[in-house]
Amino acid sequence: MFLNAQKPGLIKDPYIYQPDSIMLDLEDAVAEKEKDAARFSLYHALQEINYRGIECIVRINGLDTDLWEEDVRCAVAGGADGIRIPKTETAGDVKKVEAAVEQAEQEFGREPGSVLIMAALESAKGVLNALSICSASDRLFGIALSGGDYTKDLQTRITGTGVELMGARQLMIIAARAAGVQCFDTVYTDLNDMEGFRREVEMIHMMGFDGKSVINPRQIAPVHKIYTPTEKEIIFAQKVVREIDEKKKLGIGVFTVDGKMIDIAFYDGAKRTLALAKAAGVLKEEC
Amino acid sequence: MKIERNAMAGTLESSDCMVTVEPGCGQVELDLESAVMNQFGEQIQNVILETLKRLEVEDVRIRVVDKGALDCTVKARVECAVYRSIGQKDHLPWGGAIR
Repeated sequence: MFLNAQKPGLIKDPYIYQPDSIMLDLEDAVAEKEKDAARFSLYHALQEINYRGIECIVRINGLDTDLWEEDVRCAVAGGADGIRIPKTETAGDVKKVEAAVEQAEQEFGREPGSVLIMAALESAKGVLNALSICSASDRLFGIALSGGDYTKDLQTRITGTGVELMGARQLMIIAARAAGVQCFDTVYTDLNDMEGFRREVEMIHMMGFDGKSVINPRQIAPVHKIYTPTEKEIIFAQKVVREIDEKKKLGIGVFTVDGKMIDIAFYDGAKRTLALAKAAGVLKEEC
Repeated sequence: MKIERNAMAGTLESSDCMVTVEPGCGQVELDLESAVMNQFGEQIQNVILETLKRLEVEDVRIRVVDKGALDCTVKARVECAVYRSIGQKDHLPWGGAIR
């Protein structure tokens, strides 16, 4: 969930809405003349507010500004879990931030490698370079689409149909999976259209995205509902894991579970379903 | 740290505070107004004075209008106003004087 780091009322207690991750923003949400104020606010919030285990990521200002290096120092010193690079276009952008993060970890006594990086792709060039961006750093845990700037670059607009984002979404999820990192979808800005939001989350869930960026607490529950495995899915996944483990010992490769043909290719997916169910709190023990 | 010019930070929104600093007359002069003065006035005052002490600001006239800010917000706004007064935005002592 995106939160303006400059607004004390927003960053003091977002944990009550139970987002999985908060994106403390130093970039677009913060007015130019308040960039310095946002950093002080961010630093003390990270140091003193108990976010109850919620992942804290900081969106720094663009690499084309003179702000981003101090943003990195502030975020790393404060204790952020990760840095989000806006407008990432090349692997070089990631490496540049990686070097600054390394230096800040050293300066502020953070464990080397503890601060992760995610890259926001916001242009045609960035999307086309997705695979090299995903592979640019061991710290890079994921990429995210930023639909507003991306559609501007494509010379189109957010239509609500998703057609303008189709290519980028498909390319990004394939690149992320090829590189073994996560992939997150862009925000949905029409807060009055919850049905449109729900449809979009269902679509990106089916595409394989790991999550959706949100801008308002009321968008959190629908995302959790769609991403949390159902009881039926959990039971089926448990059966698949159990049967594959047992059949493997007997030398059987292909068999059926509830009338569906199952082989080893289903194993990782079933394990992932169970891990997700456990993380969502709907499954106590994995199998 | 010497306050060089008047500076301001923060807002009058709920959970925030507005801090104004200006060069003083040889000491710290604090004018605090708070929506929660009876319950937390002393605590807010301590946070302001401790923050100024950490920044080694000994000569300042400081006015704080508090709208229910947490301690971390009070610190952030005081520091921001002080650093604005000397025009420093980079190479800040995170974890040192700012903590």
